[in-house]
Amino acid sequence: MTGGYGAADILHDCTIGVEKGQIAVVVGPNGAGKSTAMKAVFGMLPLRSGQVIFNGEDVTQLKPEDRVLRGMSFVPQNQNVFTSMSVEENLEMGAFIRTDDITDSLNQVYDLFPVLKEKRKQPAGQLSGGQRQQVAVGRALMTQPKVLMLDEPTAGVSPIVMDELFDRIIEIARMGVAILMVEQNAKQALEIADKGFVLVQGHNKFTNSGKALLANQEVRRAFLGG
Amino acid sequence: MTDLLNAIVLLSNFLIIPGLSYGSQLALGALGVTLVYGVLRFSNFGHGETMSFGAMVTILTTWGLQSIGVSIHPLPTALIAIPVGIIVTIFFTLLIDQTVYKYHRTRKANPVTFLIVSIGVMFFMGGLIRFIIGPGDQIFFDGTRFILKAKEFKELTGLDEGLSLKMTQGVTIITAIIIVAGLFWFLNHTRTGKSMRAYSDNENLALLSGINPRKVVLVTWILVATLATIAGTLYGLDKSFKPFVYMQLLLPIFASAIVGGVGNPVGAIVGGYVIAFSELIMTFAYKKVVLYLAPEGTTVDSLIQLLGTNYKIAVSFIILVIVLIIRPTGIFQGKTL
Repeated sequence: MTGGYGAADILHDCTIGVEKGQIAVVVGPNGAGKSTAMKAVFGMLPLRSGQVIFNGEDVTQLKPEDRVLRGMSFVPQNQNVFTSMSVEENLEMGAFIRTDDITDSLNQVYDLFPVLKEKRKQPAGQLSGGQRQQVAVGRALMTQPKVLMLDEPTAGVSPIVMDELFDRIIEIARMGVAILMVEQNAKQALEIADKGFVLVQGHNKFTNSGKALLANQEVRRAFLGG
Repeated sequence: MTDLLNAIVLLSNFLIIPGLSYGSQLALGALGVTLVYGVLRFSNFGHGETMSFGAMVTILTTWGLQSIGVSIHPLPTALIAIPVGIIVTIFFTLLIDQTVYKYHRTRKANPVTFLIVSIGVMFFMGGLIRFIIGPGDQIFFDGTRFILKAKEFKELTGLDEGLSLKMTQGVTIITAIIIVAGLFWFLNHTRTGKSMRAYSDNENLALLSGINPRKVVLVTWILVATLATIAGTLYGLDKSFKPFVYMQLLLPIFASAIVGGVGNPVGAIVGGYVIAFSELIMTFAYKKVVLYLAPEGTTVDSLIQLLGTNYKIAVSFIILVIVLIIRPTGIFQGKTL
């Protein structure tokens, strides 16, 4: 993929991807184009060249809404919940495109994040940062996506909540959902990753399994602090 | 004791009942403004004229019905003409949206552009309305004038002061309650209503959830046209229909929406009553009330009126300015439905 917001490209021949049931993590320094790459995959950014393949189908020309219908789901980094609506309404809105019974998915999300069940009548804007992230992930899961894209799900939450969230993300992947996420906490994220992409200035600098990247001296020195 | 009761009846008759009915009209108007602001994100100056347009179609239909002898006595015939007014206004509003607002929406014009465009729409609609029905006063009220007459009340209670309830006041208050309850049920309990709130709360996330923005915009205009027609007709029934009045009504309506917190429907309703009662409280002549409550033999020279009724509109303006200085977000923090 090559593309950017204005005249200048932010991504240069960058490739990211994930397989069913796997977790792929995109890491890299600030301004490397991690979030931009996610947006490009989801169709929120016009590509100058390159393509997005989903389930063997070229979806490059599809609008984000249509990608949701195909089974892609995206949790943005900021403003990822409906603050004035209750937790349950947030989840219902997640399932907006579905016309079938959503009770099962609702219970699934509540099983995954029990605290949301407790607070289901509370406006999402009144929840703590970690709980909000849970609502955001829950909302994205309600579409029953095949691939779940997370843009820095642990931004601004405490280390304990972060571990908890990572555990849940592993659980979601085990249910057969492909997970593609951007992470600031590179070390922890690569530990749970089946696949890792190190992005620098819009290029793929390293691509390998999470473990291999963690073992790579150069990656450790440059991005993981030794 | 009787004096106290007389004072209460006097206040109810000239302040509380008119305040409730005027407040209901403002609340319905402000709800329309707030819906446009919450979903389409601009201040719709054309709203007063939308109310006027809806009332005009209702009046024309009422005259048609009257001429063929349809009547629902003792209720005003206009009540059965309202649905026609609503439907025509919905089509007209959607036509304006498609021909005017849609262009700016697809270009993602900023709110100020929208605001100025809506002023253009306001002048256009105002001209069209005066072209069709003329600038003069139109009285289209029929049916029984009073639900409760002052004389009957006096005979019933033996008090000196009478309490009257005009048919239009009763109809206004009851209709407003039904409409508001219906609107809130729609916004909080239906899929479409919730999707409107979601869109108003966070447009991007609504798109990511697969909510269709075109449908949200469509439903919003339908609701706005419905509310405007009802508010405009009720106001016209209660006072009289005069095209220019609706332009002046825009100030108290915007004041109501802003005082309550623009974008917030509960705020619009509370704001409507706050503005209505402030206007009446500030311009009410308290002389007789004071005479009833003061010890016997007191004489009062003045009318004890804080402001002349001519300054009514200034009251809403002053409240608007104070709110914008002290608490710009309104009583209830606005922005989302």
